Amino acid sequence: MNKNTLSLIFAAILLAAMNMTAAASEEEGLEPSGVNLRDMASLQHGAKLFVNYCLGCHSANFMRYNRLAEDLGMSKELVMQNLVFSDAKIGDTMSIAMDPAQSKQWFGKTPPDLSLIGRSRGPDWLFAYLKGFYKDDKGRWNNTMLPNAAMPNVLWQLQGIQTPVYREDTDEAGYKHRVIDHFETVTPAQESPEAFEETARDLAAFLYYLSEPAKVKRKDVGVWVLLYLVLFALLAYLLKAEYWRDVH
Amino acid sequence: MSSDDVNKGRRRFLVATTSAVGAVGVGLAAVPFIESWLPSAKAQAVGAPVEVNISKLEMGQLLKVQWRGRTIGILRRTQEMIDLLTENDEWLLDPQSKNAVQPEYIRGEARAERPEFLVLNMHCTHLGCIPRLVPQVGPQPFEKHWNGGFFCPCHKSRFDLSGRVYKGVPAPSNLHIPPYSFVDDHTVIIGVNPHGAV
Amino acid sequence: MAKTASSIGKRASAFFNWLDERLPVSEFWNNHLAKYYAPKNFNFWYYMGSLALLVLVMQIFSGIMLTMHYKPSAAEAFASVEYIMRDVDWGWMIRYMHSTGASFFFILIYLHMFRSLLYGSHRKPRELLWVLGMLLYVMLMAEAFMGYVLPWGQMSYWGAQVIINLFGAIPKIGEPLTQWIRGDFFISDATLNRFFALHVIAIPLGLLAVVVLHLAALHQTGSNNPDGIEIKKNKGPDGIPLDGIPFHPYYTVKDIFGVAVFLVLFSFVLFLWPDVGGLFLEPDNFTPANPLVTPLHIKPVWYFTPFYAILKAVPDKLAGVLLMATSVVIMFFIPWLDRSPVKSIRYKGLWYKILLASFAVAFVRLGMLGMAAGTPAQTWEMRVWTLVYFMFYVLLFFLSPRMKTKAVPERVTH
Repeated sequence: MNKNTLSLIFAAILLAAMNMTAAASEEEGLEPSGVNLRDMASLQHGAKLFVNYCLGCHSANFMRYNRLAEDLGMSKELVMQNLVFSDAKIGDTMSIAMDPAQSKQWFGKTPPDLSLIGRSRGPDWLFAYLKGFYKDDKGRWNNTMLPNAAMPNVLWQLQGIQTPVYREDTDEAGYKHRVIDHFETVTPAQESPEAFEETARDLAAFLYYLSEPAKVKRKDVGVWVLLYLVLFALLAYLLKAEYWRDVH
Repeated sequence: MSSDDVNKGRRRFLVATTSAVGAVGVGLAAVPFIESWLPSAKAQAVGAPVEVNISKLEMGQLLKVQWRGRTIGILRRTQEMIDLLTENDEWLLDPQSKNAVQPEYIRGEARAERPEFLVLNMHCTHLGCIPRLVPQVGPQPFEKHWNGGFFCPCHKSRFDLSGRVYKGVPAPSNLHIPPYSFVDDHTVIIGVNPHGAV
Repeated sequence: MAKTASSIGKRASAFFNWLDERLPVSEFWNNHLAKYYAPKNFNFWYYMGSLALLVLVMQIFSGIMLTMHYKPSAAEAFASVEYIMRDVDWGWMIRYMHSTGASFFFILIYLHMFRSLLYGSHRKPRELLWVLGMLLYVMLMAEAFMGYVLPWGQMSYWGAQVIINLFGAIPKIGEPLTQWIRGDFFISDATLNRFFALHVIAIPLGLLAVVVLHLAALHQTGSNNPDGIEIKKNKGPDGIPLDGIPFHPYYTVKDIFGVAVFLVLFSFVLFLWPDVGGLFLEPDNFTPANPLVTPLHIKPVWYFTPFYAILKAVPDKLAGVLLMATSVVIMFFIPWLDRSPVKSIRYKGLWYKILLASFAVAFVRLGMLGMAAGTPAQTWEMRVWTLVYFMFYVLLFFLSPRMKTKAVPERVTH
């Protein structure tokens, strides 16, 4: 087997692997969310949205308030004033008082902790989810990403309430399906559609940050580590080449 | 042979350089692992400073709180108690607190930011029991020269009303003083120095 | 100055002599490093062994660091991993080091094993070396499986459920056996705790012991090389193989370079892409284990998926388990299946190049199919590649003694 054949095989394997991993997002046709974890303003806005709209029912038990201060460029006082509504101290985790058994009774399902939702679903899914609420023809809240979700649209005032307009599609086997063609806004919104895009993006960004607060630091450290290692590899190569001049 | 000498010189140089750069890398790489042993964010949160409301503390009353796993006492002292402190000196092992564990802003015989409030780490410096407050002035069964103080039931160590240890007792040093400061007239914060965090 | 330097030097060599009289230091140094002769024509494929040893050391080190914070109970495990990721200084780095190391270990080992198939490193007199290596591979799979259960996420739990249930397929003893493995009637805290003990102590000790045997066996016969010829057959007047070079300094210096390049790739993943699109760290595992909710797709981590595909290809549970087990066990016998008069692919005919390439493609394609949902079309494809996989061994056995070979040189080439 010559080197070229081998290289081709490896390239194929690599491409196949990468193709498979990329496939996940594309398969579901998810719109890229455009979240930027280095945009402090976006994350701060997202944090504010989170504590105002989400923290009532959803805990974030793995996140501490003082970490928000550090990572989002806010002082501890600012965090305490704007983001802490309970008697939590700055070092405490973002837990909630709601009893899980009770919330299961009230809502049908205990609202899950959101510390890691950014990793289990991804920012694109969350972005689509936050924009995907509508009132179906039974007058119930529903969501394009999570059919028959038990959750209402907590952001309805900002987004307005939309209802679907359906159409009939015929599939390959000849069966007719009712699918959503587009949405109509029936209750006006406090924010313009562009502003709500931002809102949804900022909240998705915050949730993504929440799932791995060390992400930005990790990448920054990584660049330095790689620079060092490339330098070391270069020196190691020179050393190896020097000794191997003996070998013929 | 000259070409061999050149080779050896180059080799020595490359070995030295690569080793040096490698050693620097290993040293830098060690840092995160060593730092991972430091108190985590959770430990910091649990060991966070404790704010104590002293507005209801009466004269002669001792209030106890927990900070970083230790019992901290706050004693409100009368002027009499404070005045009697100098009389104890000849019976004490370390009246000037030269060898005592206390923040550098705590000075003098009163051993306090504001003499009226004594803030103490209550654990006996012998083996860690919590001494009892015995505020009465006058000879006690355990001590002839007594102007009020703390008596440890475990091995009978004795301290005055500034937590200073008597001579001839098992405890080797004065009761420790934790870092603390006054947020305002009604609130003491244990674990924060007057000029910033611990 | 010179006087102090030479007196330090004298002290050092005096100490060394004292040590050498009591422990075989210089004997070891000579026999295994400075006077151990390895073929001079090692290529890319010969880096994997030393790199695997590096990864083993890194896994043990990062693993110990993780054990300082991890809590092996069903109630606390998941939270303790997040504690490491968020609250422990640099905890995220230690965690990623361990998860990245696990996957890279398998990449290296698969390449390491492939080298053997290329150059006949499993042939006489190195059959035992190969068998010990296979033993290491099986132990590594057990280690990785148990390690993946420890974070106690959805995939940890359900992956354990599926794999342990496979043992239930064995007739008569299946059910009691699975209960014995679990230590409970269902996957629980008891299971997690024992997997923790095995993963942290028992298997690592076993791995270290067998690695020592593996290296001892290697040094006993000496390494093979890309030309598949025995360098000990051509010795100089001093008894040193003509095509041999002392391992130290030549291969120590070459392996240091190998380590540096490897660490670049390793660090790229660790710091810039630790999830690898869900291959190294699966999204489902960021949801705590829930016995009442089954994930949409239960699948093992990528390094097990080729065997998982073979399991899925068979409609019957017991037959599938047996075929999957066979697909691993058959590898132990390769030294005796390969009966070619030559060792290296370089001197075998085109037939072997095609056969080996098909085997590699089958293994990779089975791996990809093992990750997929399993539509009817995919199931048929899995069956085709399973056939190709097993045909490698069958054809190797029957064709290897018969096919024409090229002339093998006396001395190594490059």
